[in-house]
Amino acid sequence: MARAVSSRRKSINTALAWGIGLIIFFPILWTILTSFKTEGQAIADPPVFLFFDWTLENYSIVQDRSDYMRYLWNSVIIAGGSTLLGIIIAVPAAWSMAFVPSKRTKDILMWMLSTKMLPAVGVLYPIYLLFIKLGLLDSLFGLVIVLMLINLPIIIWMLYTYFKEIPGEILEAARMDGASLKSEILYVLTPMAIPGIASTILLNVILAWNEAFWTLNLTAAKAGPLTAFIASYSSPEGLFYAKLSAASTMAIAPILILGWFSQKQLVRGLTFGAVK
Amino acid sequence: MATQHSRTAARIMMAPAVTLLLGWMLVPLIMTLYFSFKKYLPLRGGDLGWVGFDNYVRFVSSSAFWPSVTATLIIVGGVLLITICFGVLLAILLDQPMWGQGIVRILIIAPFFVMPTVSSLVWKNMFMDPNYGLLSYLWEFFGAEPIQWMSQAALPSIIIIVSWQWLPFATLILLTAIQSLDSEQLEASEMDGASTLRRFWHIILPHLSRAITVVLLIQTIFLLSIFAEIFVTTGGAFGSKTLSYLIFQRVLESQNVGLGSAGGVYAIILANIVAIFLMRIVGKNLDN
Amino acid sequence: MGQIILNQVRKTFGDVEVIPPLDLTINDGEFCVFVGPSGCGKSTLLRLIAGLEDVTSGDISIDGQSATELPPAKRGLAMVFQSYALYPHMSVRKNIAFPLRMAGLPKDEIEKRVTNAASVLNLTDYLDRRPGQLSGGQRQRVAIGRAIVREPAAFLFDEPLSNLDAALRVGMRLEISELHKRLSTTMIYVTHDQVEAMTMADKIVVLRAGNIEQVGSPLELYKAPRNTFVAGFIGSPKMNFIQGEQASALGADTIGIRPEHIDVSDTQGQWSGRVGVSEHLGSDTFIHVHDTGLGDTITVRAAGEVDFKHGDTIHLTPRADQIHKFDAQGLRI
Repeated sequence: MARAVSSRRKSINTALAWGIGLIIFFPILWTILTSFKTEGQAIADPPVFLFFDWTLENYSIVQDRSDYMRYLWNSVIIAGGSTLLGIIIAVPAAWSMAFVPSKRTKDILMWMLSTKMLPAVGVLYPIYLLFIKLGLLDSLFGLVIVLMLINLPIIIWMLYTYFKEIPGEILEAARMDGASLKSEILYVLTPMAIPGIASTILLNVILAWNEAFWTLNLTAAKAGPLTAFIASYSSPEGLFYAKLSAASTMAIAPILILGWFSQKQLVRGLTFGAVK
Repeated sequence: MATQHSRTAARIMMAPAVTLLLGWMLVPLIMTLYFSFKKYLPLRGGDLGWVGFDNYVRFVSSSAFWPSVTATLIIVGGVLLITICFGVLLAILLDQPMWGQGIVRILIIAPFFVMPTVSSLVWKNMFMDPNYGLLSYLWEFFGAEPIQWMSQAALPSIIIIVSWQWLPFATLILLTAIQSLDSEQLEASEMDGASTLRRFWHIILPHLSRAITVVLLIQTIFLLSIFAEIFVTTGGAFGSKTLSYLIFQRVLESQNVGLGSAGGVYAIILANIVAIFLMRIVGKNLDN
Repeated sequence: MGQIILNQVRKTFGDVEVIPPLDLTINDGEFCVFVGPSGCGKSTLLRLIAGLEDVTSGDISIDGQSATELPPAKRGLAMVFQSYALYPHMSVRKNIAFPLRMAGLPKDEIEKRVTNAASVLNLTDYLDRRPGQLSGGQRQRVAIGRAIVREPAAFLFDEPLSNLDAALRVGMRLEISELHKRLSTTMIYVTHDQVEAMTMADKIVVLRAGNIEQVGSPLELYKAPRNTFVAGFIGSPKMNFIQGEQASALGADTIGIRPEHIDVSDTQGQWSGRVGVSEHLGSDTFIHVHDTGLGDTITVRAAGEVDFKHGDTIHLTPRADQIHKFDAQGLRI
C-alpha cells in the first residue's frame, strides 16, 4: 500500500512494535547474555545486564562435562538424515500427485495428513517395544527413521504445493523432447523446484531438530540429540544458570539462524498450504 | 489428463511413501488396540491375559483422569486464547508502516525456533525460580511477594511458557493472512466512511477468520500432545498432569501398558475429532 | 518422412466422449491445421497424436508404423506449446540442446545443430540468456528451435501464437510458414483463429465437439463449405444466413451469402434496409444493415470508402452464383 502516513503515526508504530518485539525476544537475549557471565553474576541481585566480566568459561565447562559436540553431531545426523531420507521418498510421491492426479489423489493427501495427527503418546509403547525388539533403542538409525516418518506428511505436502505451481506443459515438453521419467524429474522438475525443495528441507530440519517427544523417550546416553542434552539440565545442581545458558545457546544457535532464513516458507509448510 | 504409462509410473513412485506411512500408522495402532484389551505389566508378570474393556473403564475412573482432562483443557484453552488474541493484535501492528519491520519480525518469530526443552528450562530456572528468577526480582522491585511459580501456579506457568513458544506461529500466519487482504477493499471501505474500529470488525476480522481457524486447529493438535514442557518443568506434579502426560506415565513410568494403551486410544479419538475439522478446511483449499 | 494416419481414433474422459471415432490422414510434408471453437477437441486430438494422452480405442500410425502404444519420447515428433514451455532454469542454448542431450548425441554434433538452429531463427545473440530475459516472440522462436534441432518426423503446434500481441502474431505466422516451406516437414497446427488456418494451411480440419466437420484446402472450405457450421466459421466477417421465403424460393432451408458477395447501392437492389454501424477499415467498409425483412442483421463489405450514414436506406444485391444453399439439417445442397 503506497499511502501517505504521518510520520508521527509511523513513530508510534515503530516504538510499539520494537518494544513488544524486544520483550518477546528478551528470554533468548537474556540466555545468551547469561551464558557469558560467571555463575555469581548470573544470579546477582540486582541482575546485571551488560556490565559484567564477559567470560567463555561456561562453554568449555559444558563441553567438558557433557560432551556437547557428540550431542550436536547426533542432532545433525538425526535432523539432516531424516530430512534427506524424507525428501528422497517424497519427491517421487509429490510428483505423482501433482502431475498425474487421479480421483483418489485428494483422499491420499488427506490421509497422509491424518497420520501426522496421530498423537505420539497413543503409539508410544508399540514403538518403544518395536525399538527394543529390533535393537533400535538409543540408536541414531532408529531415530532417523521415526523422525522421517513423522515429518514425511509435511514434506510431501510442502513439495506437492510447490510442484503444483510448476506448469505441467514444461514437463510434457520434456517428455516430447525425449526425456525419460528419470531425466524429467532430475533435469527439469528438480532444478525448477529448487527454491521449494530448499525451504522444505529447511523447515523439516528445524522441526526434526526441535522434536522433543521421541528424542527424549527413545534415546539414552549414546544417540541422544541436543534436546536430550538440555533435558539433562532439568535437575538443578548448585549454581548452574550460566552453564545452562551456555548449553542452551549452543543448542538453539544453529537452528535460530536457519529459522530466520525460512520464516516465509514456514507459514506454508505449517498450514499445509491452507494459508499462503 | 495423462497416459496409462505415466499413471503406472505415478503409482510406482507413490508406493514407497504410501507403504511407509501405512505401516507407520497401522502397526502401532493395531498394537495399541491389542494391548488396550490386555492386562499387560512388562515388569510385573508380563502378559496376564485378556480383560475386555476393563482398562478403558479403569483409565476413566482413576482419580487422576478428570484432573488430567481439566489440566489439558485449561492449558490448551489458555494458550489458544493468549496466542490468538495477541497474535491478531501483533499481526495488525506489524502490518503497519514502521522502521525496521524486518528486524522486529525476526525478533518476534525467534521463540518458535527454540527447542521446547530449552525454552522450558530457561523459563523455569532463569525467570520463574522463586529465589533467583528474573520475575522474582521484578515482583520484589514492585514490593510484591515473589510467586512460587512452578509449585503454586503450575498451570499458568506452563501456559506462559507454551504461549511464548506458539505466539510467533500465530502471529506469522495471521500476518501472512492480513497481507493478502486486498488493499482496495480497505480503501473502498475508508471511502465509504467506515471508522478504524468498524473496518477491523467488518473487514479485517472476517478476512482473518479462516486463518484463525487454521491456527486454532493446528495449535490444538500440537498442544494436545505437549510433552517436553511438562517433562522438564514440573514432571506432571502440582496439578499440571495433562492427559498425554498421564498416558506417558502409565506406559513408561509405571509400566502398566494395558492401562496406558487404553488411554492412548482415548487420545487418538480426541485428536481425530480435532483433525476432522482441520482436514475439512485444508481439503476445501485443495479443490480450488 | 512424416505421414500420420488416424484410424477410428476415439477418446473418452470418464463417461464423456470428447472425440468420437475419427479417421484422418495427414500426408508427408503437409501443413495441416486443426481449427474449431474452444472445447471442440482440437487440442486433445493433437495431444493424442503427441502421445501425451492415451487413445481410448483406435490406432495412430506414423510413417506406416503403429505408434499407439509408444510413449511421446519414442514417436519422433516435436511439439511447440501455447505457453512455450521453455525450461526456465536453462539458458537458450541448453533449452535448444535439451532434446539432443536426451537423445545422447555427441557434444560437437549438439553444438553444431544448436548453432545452426540459432542462426536460422535469429537467436545467435541470445544463446546465453535465460528464457525469462526474452520477449514473447523470442521465446516462441526458442521453442521452435528446440523443436527443429531434433529433425522430427512432424511438428505439432498447440495454439503457439495466442500469447503474442497482434502485430507479432502476423510476423510469427509468416516465419512459421517460411519454416515449413524450407523444411518441408509435416506440421500439425492447432488454432481457434480461422485467419491463421486460412493463411497457413495446406489442409484445414474443422472440428466441432470432437467431430470432423470438413477437411479440405482453405479455398475448398471457403468456396464449398459442407455445412452451415463450416460456412459460418470460415471467412471473416461471418457469412450471412437467411431463412424463410428467400431461402425456399431457391429450394433451400437456409441460404448463406458472404458479406463480400453482396453489392451495395443507394438507389436500387434486391433487398433494402437501414444502415446501422459501419466499420471503416480504409481498404474496406463493413456495413451492418438492419430492417431488411430477412431476419438477422446483414453484414456487407463494400470495397474502399463508401458514403453511407447511420440510418440511411441502403439497397443490397447478392451475387446469385455465390449463394450457398443448405437443407434443414444444415448440409450443403
